Amino acid sequence: MAELVIEDLVVTFGHRHRAFNAVDGVSLTVPHGTIVGLVGESGSGKSTVARTVAGLQRATSGRITLDGDDLLRTRGVDRRRRARDVQMIFQDPYSSLNPRMTVGETIEEALTTHGDLDGRRRAASVRELLDLVRLKPAVAGQYPSQISGGMRQRVAIARCLAVRPRLIVADEITSALDASVQGAVLNLIRDLQRELELSMIFITHNLAAVRYIADTTVVMSRGRVVEHGDSEEIVANPRQPYTRALVSAIPRIEHAGTDHLLRFADEEGLR
Amino acid sequence: MTNRRSGPPKRRSGPPRQPMAIIAVCMLGVLVLLAVFAPVLWGEEAVAADPDAIALPPSGEHPLGTDKLGRDILLRTLVATRLSLVMAVAATLMGGCIGLALGALPAVLGTRAQRWFASVISTWLAFPVLLVAMLTVILLGPGTTTAVVALALTMTPSFARLAQTLSSRVGGSEYLAAARMLGVSRRRQFTRYVLPNIAEPVIVNVTTSIGGGLLALSSLSFLGVGVQPPDFDWGRLLSEGFGQVYNSPVAAIGPGVAVVFAGLAFSMLGESLAAQLRNREHGRALPPRRLGPAPVAERPARTPAETERAETEAAPLLDVDGLSVSFPGPDGWIRPVQDVSFRILPGEIVGVVGESGSGKSVTMMSIAQLAPAGAAVTARRLRFDGEDLTGRTPAEAGRVLGTRVGVVFQDSLTALNPALRVGTQLAEIPRVHGGAGRAKAHEMAVRALDDVRIPDAARRAQQFPHEFSGGMRQRALIAMSQIGSPSLIIADEPTTALDVTVQRRVLALLRRECAESGAAAIVVSHDVAVLAELCGRLLVMYAGRIVEDVDIALLATPERLAHPYTRALAASLPDLGTDRTKPLVTIPGEPPDLSRPVTGCAFAARCAFATDDCRTEVPVLTEHRHGGRVACRHPQDAMATDAAPGREEVGA
Ligand SMILES: Nc1ncnc2c1ncn2[C@@H]1O[C@H](COP(=O)(O)OP(=O)(O)OP(=O)(O)O)[C@@H](O)[C@H]1O
Ligand code: SF4
Ligand SMILES: [Mg+2]
Repeated sequence: MAELVIEDLVVTFGHRHRAFNAVDGVSLTVPHGTIVGLVGESGSGKSTVARTVAGLQRATSGRITLDGDDLLRTRGVDRRRRARDVQMIFQDPYSSLNPRMTVGETIEEALTTHGDLDGRRRAASVRELLDLVRLKPAVAGQYPSQISGGMRQRVAIARCLAVRPRLIVADEITSALDASVQGAVLNLIRDLQRELELSMIFITHNLAAVRYIADTTVVMSRGRVVEHGDSEEIVANPRQPYTRALVSAIPRIEHAGTDHLLRFADEEGLR
Repeated sequence: MTNRRSGPPKRRSGPPRQPMAIIAVCMLGVLVLLAVFAPVLWGEEAVAADPDAIALPPSGEHPLGTDKLGRDILLRTLVATRLSLVMAVAATLMGGCIGLALGALPAVLGTRAQRWFASVISTWLAFPVLLVAMLTVILLGPGTTTAVVALALTMTPSFARLAQTLSSRVGGSEYLAAARMLGVSRRRQFTRYVLPNIAEPVIVNVTTSIGGGLLALSSLSFLGVGVQPPDFDWGRLLSEGFGQVYNSPVAAIGPGVAVVFAGLAFSMLGESLAAQLRNREHGRALPPRRLGPAPVAERPARTPAETERAETEAAPLLDVDGLSVSFPGPDGWIRPVQDVSFRILPGEIVGVVGESGSGKSVTMMSIAQLAPAGAAVTARRLRFDGEDLTGRTPAEAGRVLGTRVGVVFQDSLTALNPALRVGTQLAEIPRVHGGAGRAKAHEMAVRALDDVRIPDAARRAQQFPHEFSGGMRQRALIAMSQIGSPSLIIADEPTTALDVTVQRRVLALLRRECAESGAAAIVVSHDVAVLAELCGRLLVMYAGRIVEDVDIALLATPERLAHPYTRALAASLPDLGTDRTKPLVTIPGEPPDLSRPVTGCAFAARCAFATDDCRTEVPVLTEHRHGGRVACRHPQDAMATDAAPGREEVGA
């Protein structure tokens, strides 16, 4: 795995007088073998950063390097080499898998694009990868519509691991899943990260999840980084007012049966 | 329904069962046989001139008579099948392939190519069909090839437009983005990702078009710019037949019937293919006759103790007993909601939690008399504010509820009419239900928006839903549910799509509204923490049943929760105090498939405390010592150490 450095990244959408910077001078580092959490409200630019790192979105200015290799250079770069640099896992496992390919074919696709294994070795690799994401080998013959959302997200993770990328970008990979399944996917990511020493950007709006899974956390608002630091520390002692607002807005089971919300309504002048 | 099935239900795919498909396939079979064998059998006879039999009327020897050179018209018609079909199929396939390439390739080529191809297609579409055909004839000269090319050229742009529409959906999909990121080559992106995902509708369209193509080619030949003598197709025969229509009117009928027959065969085949696809997409359902009556809750009415409690308790605002909702499925009824019973007191806020597909939305919509079409809703008792709703049609029951029930839907963008101003939509309710005048209703709408803290409400009321942000739309929906001063608010995932800070404002608003107006509320969510903050009581649903009904305060002390599923749910949520060194608690396994009957406790396969009797008998929702109700044989709350008899011996 490798170290990702983003320096002063700017991504502009729209033209001339309607132009606005979705990402406005973001700098951050993902050290080798760590998970960096990226949190913020919708529209804060998290996903744009992710898509730019993954090469799905053009940067307007700034630098992104992976162990010194320029990721923003697109000319004369081998498509497959680029694929081994960064892979992305998407939010919605219902739409990120080709409905016309079986689970096995989906994973094989990644394997064949990156190395010419023969049929038997490929089948063995598929089994290994499925095992890695805690799925039974029989799943290989099924279509995405035949398995549950949590299983689909595991398939997407296996497909990404098949390429052995140097950096993984995970964009809200648990938010389309049920609460009881989210935990299993978070556990899986954490175990895999330890086993394979993955470097990862983990994007979410769920502060509890980011605190659990990320080593360091970056808080974004309106295209800028407002705070970054140790994940546990940021949640326990947020320094910026924006982060404090985010943390205090998280609904908590401890508030069960209290008038916490009514008090908040009073404070905010919601009458 | 178009499909009638004989015999017991078997596998879902397989040969088409609709009568139309069978007829179409038979007709096609006849055509193919003729195309293959007729020229071999009668080819020579059909072109051999017979000076003794010129322009004869129909007779036993020549059923359709003979033409000007004394050739048998019936035989000629049969022999012409091959050329007519080959031309139509070739032209359509050619148009289909070019169209597919033009329309679908851009999906893998990038945005600039997409724009360029799109303008080519629209320009081409704008060209009059006849002009294209005539230009081709002028350029290539009349003849068989010309006719085929001309037809292909006129068909291409509409195929291209279809392929373009379909493939743009694939082009924007995340699975194609994932393939691109994997470094999959463009050719493979096209053949493995784009084509298979658009193939079916394109094939249907092409099949149907062959019929039209046949007609068009016949007209070209009829007009003399298609097939040239000595070759002949049906169009050519038609035109020859018309030449002698005065002495032998039947001469034109043979080829005419052939054209219509073949055209019908292809159209019907296309239609039945399309029907097959539709069935597969929406799932085929058994016809009502085979489904039988809608399932009802089988549990007997209340136990004496419950009845007593029901009588001593304050009169409930909503009283639901034995509510079941079923949908027709391929192998009988699918039962997403089974035997749901609960009561809501005036002013109470009750939360409903459960996994996706556990039946939360279907339950709430059925109570609000807004169940989806096709749903069969049954209940032993469904009373709102003392009025019985069972035995009424949904429309009647809906009128009884009137503005006394306000509903907030799961998806705020589709719940508001995009074509109407927000204020107008809100004003609709007091105008229709409250009989308020236009000005009065509008004033009420603005006040309702102001009440939910939408800034500058008067101006905002003039805007359309898409001009609102997600959080504001959600607030507008809450305003809408409030405007009739309801005594019950039903809110389905009112905050799921919102950021935490906006979510808290919306929740606080809802809570305040209820506190001020004394309205009761049922709030559905898959996030227990949200419900913990908002509600006083929690209903936990699993696989279509309520498994626990409990005071919300017990969530803060999970060891006092009784049902294993509720306990696992409360424990599985990472919060800001979760130990980072340990793995998160999870619930292994998957919820059951409700399209098959579930015997015993639906949670048994995932439950660590399941015993054999759990798997045979459905646990009944009964009063529990924690003050609520539980449906479980071995409740796990701390005081229940005696509750799992013989667990060790029986094993899990
Ligand atoms: N119109 C319909 N026809 C057939 N089945 C339906 C229909 N609407 C819902 N269902 C089925 O009913 C079951 C319960 O659906 P429901 O929408 O109530 O779940 P939910 O608990 O609200 O889930 P979510 O948390 O995803 O909103 C599902 O299995 C669903 O497929
Ligand atoms: S009834 Fe049995 S299987 Fe069902 S939840 Fe209770 S203990 Fe588990
Ligand atoms: Mg729902």
